[in-house]
Amino acid sequence: MAVVTLDEVQKRLIREVADLHEIPMGAYNFRANGTLAGRNTTANIDISSKADGSGIDIRIKPGTIHESVHIPVVLSESGLKETVYNDFYVGEGSDVVIVAGCGIDNCGTQDSEHDGIHRFYLEKGAKVRYVEKHYGSGDGQGQRILNPVTEVYMAENSSMEMEMVQIKGVDSTERKTVAELKQGAHLVVRERLMTHGTQKALSIYKVILNGENSSADVVSRSIARERSYQKLDACIIGNAPCKGHTECDSIIMDEGTILAVPSLEAHHVDASLVHEAAIGKIAGEQLIKLMTLGLSEKEAEEEIINGFLA
Amino acid sequence: MLELKHVSFTAEDAEGAENQKEIIRDLSLVVEDRKLIVITGPNGGGKSSLAKLIAGIERPSSGQILFNGEDITEKSITERARMGIGFAFQQPVRFKGIKVINLLRIAAGRQLSVSEACNYLSEVGLCARDYIHREVNASLSGGELKRIEIATVLARACRLTVFDEPEAGIDLWSFQNLIRIFEEMRRNIHDSSMIIISHQERILNIADEIAVLADGRIERFGSREELLPALVGTGSVQDACSRLKG
Repeated sequence: MAVVTLDEVQKRLIREVADLHEIPMGAYNFRANGTLAGRNTTANIDISSKADGSGIDIRIKPGTIHESVHIPVVLSESGLKETVYNDFYVGEGSDVVIVAGCGIDNCGTQDSEHDGIHRFYLEKGAKVRYVEKHYGSGDGQGQRILNPVTEVYMAENSSMEMEMVQIKGVDSTERKTVAELKQGAHLVVRERLMTHGTQKALSIYKVILNGENSSADVVSRSIARERSYQKLDACIIGNAPCKGHTECDSIIMDEGTILAVPSLEAHHVDASLVHEAAIGKIAGEQLIKLMTLGLSEKEAEEEIINGFLA
Repeated sequence: MLELKHVSFTAEDAEGAENQKEIIRDLSLVVEDRKLIVITGPNGGGKSSLAKLIAGIERPSSGQILFNGEDITEKSITERARMGIGFAFQQPVRFKGIKVINLLRIAAGRQLSVSEACNYLSEVGLCARDYIHREVNASLSGGELKRIEIATVLARACRLTVFDEPEAGIDLWSFQNLIRIFEEMRRNIHDSSMIIISHQERILNIADEIAVLADGRIERFGSREELLPALVGTGSVQDACSRLKG
């Protein structure tokens, strides 16, 4: 087992992206400034570096129940750019929690960028809860850039629940998520996105329902503040009798810009697909109601935002 | 004690300042501590505007509002709420993501325990277990929202609470419950007073005083015993079934 060595900035980033205050139980792989900072494997979960050094393989044995894997990444050096491939092989009938996340602190003048490519291979009946948080801090001129790609391949009757959160400090992001579902597989996505300043965020989903009775529910809630820009592009494709639902729900504030492009594509007469999209400002009557309960206008606004992104 | 002195309120309509309409005209009213006043009168007479003026949602164009002797005419909604003025909306507001328990905690101004929050919900006839973690969003019916609205007012326990048509959206089963809640609030909140805007005979029946508001003015004001007999059967008072009959 490698010893985890993190400085205070890195520890703070870890707290933000992985809710970790201590070294977690179970399997983990910490990556800091482009190198391995700590790793632990368990009897059921193995983590190994790829031979070419491009990333890691995480192998979860069939039947592994109630175990977790944490793979946080932190960047605290300005000017660092990296692309990392992480492949997860989740064995038949297992039930695990995977927590990934990237925190960038950039106090320098050069851009820092982490592009993580996560590929999930779920075997039959496997169940995964995946949590991914992205966070940026630091007052340097250099940009904090995150371009995650997530690919999910789901075998029969597997299920995956993805919670993707990016609330603060990332200047530019282009997130792409692609999923392919076989018979009876079920995917749930809950995305929470908030942008500030002149940040730019693109979030693209392509979910392909190939198997009979497969289903997907993709819900994105986002808030664009100040002069930030968001594009939300959620597409569900139905190739079999299946159910798909996508929802982009956004609050626009200040001089923000939001482009919501939900789309559906059916190739089977029994594909039942629904999309919803809504963009609006915080309703005045919502602020007034909370103010009559004793909150100031600012507190009321924060309460509405926190609730919306909860 | 709440005092309105010569309050007038002018609203602009959608076409702007040239089409101003005087909604409240030189209105004076005193609501003493421990009193329950029902304001009734024809639709369009200015009742909801008066409620909003008291809560600070609208500002008078002239006149003065005093609360416990302090001039609150220029005070914001938040300041008035913190001074102890509560307001139950006629049309409750929906919030995506805010749960019933969050709203009750904001209303109470402290970290209510789940069981305390449940008590407020039970008071308004909702099975707390089913509702406490529900979002206050479009999945709730109008009647459910209205009861949650009343629960938030209960959690606030204000010196003065204004209810704008509390019976709107409440079914007949919970009507009796509503009356019981008003009576309990009077008993339990020390020196509290209530202003209820309503047409309902059953609510007028529990009033200490009744004000009939028409065309922006208080047309009549007096004790229930004095006013109610003359009002029953007029447009100002409806019995519980009149809407069904109508």
